[in-house]
Amino acid sequence: MTALVEVRNLSKAFGGVHAVEDVSFSVDAGQVYSVIGPNGAGKTTLFNLITGLYTPTSGEVKLNGESIAKLQPNQLAERGMCRTFQQMQICMNMTAIENVMLGRHLTLKSNLLTTLFRLPALTRGEKAAREKAAELMEFVGCGEYLDTEASAMSYGALKRLEIARALAAEPKVVLLDEPAAGLNAVETAALEELIRKIAGQGITVMLVEHDMKLVMGISDRLLVLNYGRVLAEGTPEQIRTNPDVIAAYLGG
Amino acid sequence: MMARFSDFRLKGLVFLAIVVFALPMFISNPFHYGLATQTALVAAAVVGLNLLVGFAGQISLGHAGFFGLGAYFSAIMTSNYGWSAIPALVLGAVFVAIIAWIVGRPILRLKGHYLSMATLAVGFIIAIILNNEREITGGPDGMPVPSFDVFGWELSVFGQYSLFGMDISGDLAWYLFAGVVLLVAVWLAQNLIDSPIGRALRSVHGSEVAASVVGVNTAKYKSLVFVISAVYASVMGALYGHFQGFITPSVASFDFSILLITMVVLGGMGSTIGVIIGAVVLELLPQLLADFQEMEMVLFGLILMLTMIFMPKGLLPTAANLLAKRRAKSAGGDA
Repeated sequence: MTALVEVRNLSKAFGGVHAVEDVSFSVDAGQVYSVIGPNGAGKTTLFNLITGLYTPTSGEVKLNGESIAKLQPNQLAERGMCRTFQQMQICMNMTAIENVMLGRHLTLKSNLLTTLFRLPALTRGEKAAREKAAELMEFVGCGEYLDTEASAMSYGALKRLEIARALAAEPKVVLLDEPAAGLNAVETAALEELIRKIAGQGITVMLVEHDMKLVMGISDRLLVLNYGRVLAEGTPEQIRTNPDVIAAYLGG
Repeated sequence: MMARFSDFRLKGLVFLAIVVFALPMFISNPFHYGLATQTALVAAAVVGLNLLVGFAGQISLGHAGFFGLGAYFSAIMTSNYGWSAIPALVLGAVFVAIIAWIVGRPILRLKGHYLSMATLAVGFIIAIILNNEREITGGPDGMPVPSFDVFGWELSVFGQYSLFGMDISGDLAWYLFAGVVLLVAVWLAQNLIDSPIGRALRSVHGSEVAASVVGVNTAKYKSLVFVISAVYASVMGALYGHFQGFITPSVASFDFSILLITMVVLGGMGSTIGVIIGAVVLELLPQLLADFQEMEMVLFGLILMLTMIFMPKGLLPTAANLLAKRRAKSAGGDA
């Protein structure tokens, strides 16, 4: 199996602070791959580097063998990479379903003429996009909110909505940044189920997460970061018994 | 379940059409028709500006510049070169689109106050050029603009026309024409908003990061909406010139840019019908306050201030919220 996402010697420095330093790992297609580590370990910075929000100081990121470190987020979306955010990024000036339909942006071919005069080609595409978006909202478990204004939705529902929007772009790999943050036990269990369903569709999932129970249960492999460096990498069983990881987490 | 956007859209357009076509039953003198015509044209330009400000969340404090460019382009082509009005208007719109694209590409990388300053400068530069190029524009004295003509048929406020067998005055004819222009402007804007392009524009406002990670090229869409709103201003500027019969560089002035932005904010950013109400209020208010003479500007400012303090979301969204709340209350009372 070839690696879908490959990170080689990736570093990012903010002034004198090395937020991510010499990180290498690879993610195979179809895996659930989690990045864990104490607060400030550089997990979100790593995600921002992979998804093109930050430009790396040095090192390389490859998606399907193509170097992507210098590409913009929208160019990465074209290549099948999409993500969610720790600080949710929802368009509060739209309804729930419009947020998900925004995820269909790349699959909807439209020009100014069909748009301005609302020609049948446009309405057909819109109808299909709406159906697909409704289906995805049902899939992630917020199907009851279709035409609700996003600003009127609960935190947990918005978290799921953001995942639906990412899936609407039909990504090969989706990066979820702390999807369980702020969720209660019941919601977290539902999220675990959802991540399994997403992986079950053959979509590679990368996860930054603090909830150990969730991470250990669903991940195929894990990467442990500490002070921007790789502390350990391996299967959940290997990580659980790794003395360095235990020391970093328990402060021993 | 809430109604879908398309329902609101149709309701808004029908409501507007009724208002536009019913108005002539209540007014009759040329002055009122003139005011209504001017308001309709300015409102249509504001609908275009709202695409940029209300929906895409960008700002332009120089939009009168594009209005003025469109007005002068048409005026010069028709008056100095004997062109017909339609080709002058269309070519003027293309010209303004190109200018807006060239200017927009670099300055739309700026955000907030910096973008305000840059657009302000664009407006100033255009106004200065129109003031100084006396040979072509007539300078601060302005220049005459011929009547609006379509294939030899002329629309003039002094003309007499017949519509469906009724005799109508030139003032009324111009008003009806401007009303139809406004309705078309609203229809096009609403079509744009409720489309993949419209969602991309609104996502730039809602969350630029979210937009980019799902594949929206935010720089491209910012430029696009800047160009579209500039074309709106240009076309309305051209028609405004033909209607007035005479234009001065004040059509491109800073004051007018601010007036346009105020109409958007007062009426309700991101509400197409709301910004039209904003335009109507700000066009009519000075007329209503004229009786107070020197107190006029003081009262005008006071009304604006109070509205913005107590209705920060704008007239229509605030009214809609109040209505929704009242409805929810009465529904709760029944249960």
